[in-house]
Amino acid sequence: MSDKVIYFDNNDTTPLVEPVLQAMIPYFTVHYGNPASLHQLGLEAEEAVSEARAAIAGYLGASPEELIFTGSATEANNLAILGAAGMASPRKRHLVTSKIEHSAVLNPMKRLEKSGFKVTYLEVDREGFVDPDDLRKALTDETLLVSLAHGNHEIGTLQDLQALGAVCRERGVLFHSDAPQSFSKVPLDVGQVPVDLVSINAHKLHGPKGIGALYVRRGVKLQKIMEGAPQESNLRPGTENVPGAVGFAEAARIAFQDMTADMTRVSALRDRLIDRLLEIPHTHVNGPRGERRLATNADITFKYIEGEAILMHLSMRGVCVSSGSACSSKSLTPSNVLTAIGLKHEDAHGSIRFSFSKLNTFEEVDEAAEKVKEVVELLRSMTAFVPQIHSETEGEGEVFYKKKKEEF
Amino acid sequence: MAIKYTPEVIEHFTHPQNVGEIEGADASATEGSPACGDMVTFTLKVNPENKIIEDVRFRSYGCASNIATASMATVLAKGKTTDEVKAFHPKVVAERLGGLPAIKMHCSVLAVNGLKAAVKQWEIAHGLAQEEEVVCNEQTIRKLLKGVINPETGRSIVAMNMVNYIKVEGGRVYVEIALMGTDELYAENIREEVTEKLESMKCLQEVIVRILERDKFEMKAENGPRPEGEQPGGGEA
Repeated sequence: MSDKVIYFDNNDTTPLVEPVLQAMIPYFTVHYGNPASLHQLGLEAEEAVSEARAAIAGYLGASPEELIFTGSATEANNLAILGAAGMASPRKRHLVTSKIEHSAVLNPMKRLEKSGFKVTYLEVDREGFVDPDDLRKALTDETLLVSLAHGNHEIGTLQDLQALGAVCRERGVLFHSDAPQSFSKVPLDVGQVPVDLVSINAHKLHGPKGIGALYVRRGVKLQKIMEGAPQESNLRPGTENVPGAVGFAEAARIAFQDMTADMTRVSALRDRLIDRLLEIPHTHVNGPRGERRLATNADITFKYIEGEAILMHLSMRGVCVSSGSACSSKSLTPSNVLTAIGLKHEDAHGSIRFSFSKLNTFEEVDEAAEKVKEVVELLRSMTAFVPQIHSETEGEGEVFYKKKKEEF
Repeated sequence: MAIKYTPEVIEHFTHPQNVGEIEGADASATEGSPACGDMVTFTLKVNPENKIIEDVRFRSYGCASNIATASMATVLAKGKTTDEVKAFHPKVVAERLGGLPAIKMHCSVLAVNGLKAAVKQWEIAHGLAQEEEVVCNEQTIRKLLKGVINPETGRSIVAMNMVNYIKVEGGRVYVEIALMGTDELYAENIREEVTEKLESMKCLQEVIVRILERDKFEMKAENGPRPEGEQPGGGEA
């Protein structure tokens, strides 16, 4: 690894920024009380958590009592999905999600399928969008809940929650959105958007790991998924992560301060990198372009080479990215997101996600683009796809999808 | 997932030996498939007098350990006779690289099988072997499935006794794979690998692979009954 790291894996996690750390430290060392305690230290801790709750709820346009702190966005998703299912009447045994969700949504769904729920996995189009009409057709009188992520973690697709939520509202179906990628990147006001449950976390916005939250619209009933003491409106037992909550609120304060300006600049970084990388022959961008994409996300397929090899060569050159390849996943199957948007398996294997934060610079983008070009050239010089690599067809003209556009 | 490779793997990944192809090679073979993200092509130059492999090169489409194992396989093969290469075991490639993570053991199998396939091509061209007409029966299928590696243990699914049941009828095969405690996470990968291997057999037109989540010898109710006509009797059940 070279000395100076170019960190382009911010959809995975982000560095904690100094003011957040400084805000947290006293809650480890000075105000270390347990909010459940009745003495002075307990009271201080309780106040800190309440303030953090009110602040974060405020950024969603929610009331403080509608925000439940959890250990992660994954836990928030589990609480939303398993919790809603736990309170469902025996007539409501159907759930709807999409094929491009994070495993923290898909796996709770699969667990429910094993206990008798029916789950519909909606198709998406080439850019990863769920069609509100498809959603409408999927809903039945038995549908309990719909879960669709706001910003996709791999290809950056920003779903139209307003339209999708409206469909759920028409049928009186609960609507959950997994939103850690989009929180503090694009506005989400639960006063405007008809969404009932929203999962977020702190470590995607330069806050600490180990804390997330679930927005639960007033009146929505969930069953807790762990047993213990009645913390967090009796929905999430366990001593509150006081420094985590304080850090989460501080990170959100900083992120929302200049959100529009920051994200305009980050999307310019993104577009510059995409444009530079598309100069390489046999490449392709996955997901939409422009405003319907997370500012923080770029995902590129480099044909005829494999993602893990690209990733490792980049890592040795000080550039940190992630890959949709099977070889860099624990299960050895290619990304469900990339195959759902119709990529052929071999193209999913050659896909790399570059993800940005406001701490990144244009200099880093230019330097990384050069290094990517070097690595792609190196790996292609030894590829087993000999005839293809010398073919004339390039870029947009190349066949990247299994299906034709009209078949989506 | 962060995968920790040995310094030897990193060395062969960053400085692979014998990359490319031999012009006017005596034999070549490609193993693996683009869909699996793992493919390697070997070309050979063999001295017909003493059957010594005078030169060997590879081209790769795959991850770091695919490149490293192919590189190591060429290093081991160069200067050896074709008979010696035919006796290669994938474990040796892995050992010479200081070991491979279990999830990457299949790369060493791919590299060694690719090398052996190229040797076979050379033998066929020199009248030392014949193009085998592959017969589809339980035995040949079981032999082929030895090349499918359980990513959790790094061992063959055949050696792990996971092949629960095989039934061949005409051009149709029905295979049951018992997970035998393997994490469900790998079920889809194992199914894909088994399907791909079977579909490569020219004598098969229809391939049905079924994963049993629990122990062998026992069909769980959640799996439903076997398809009509697929009653135990063959295999090990």
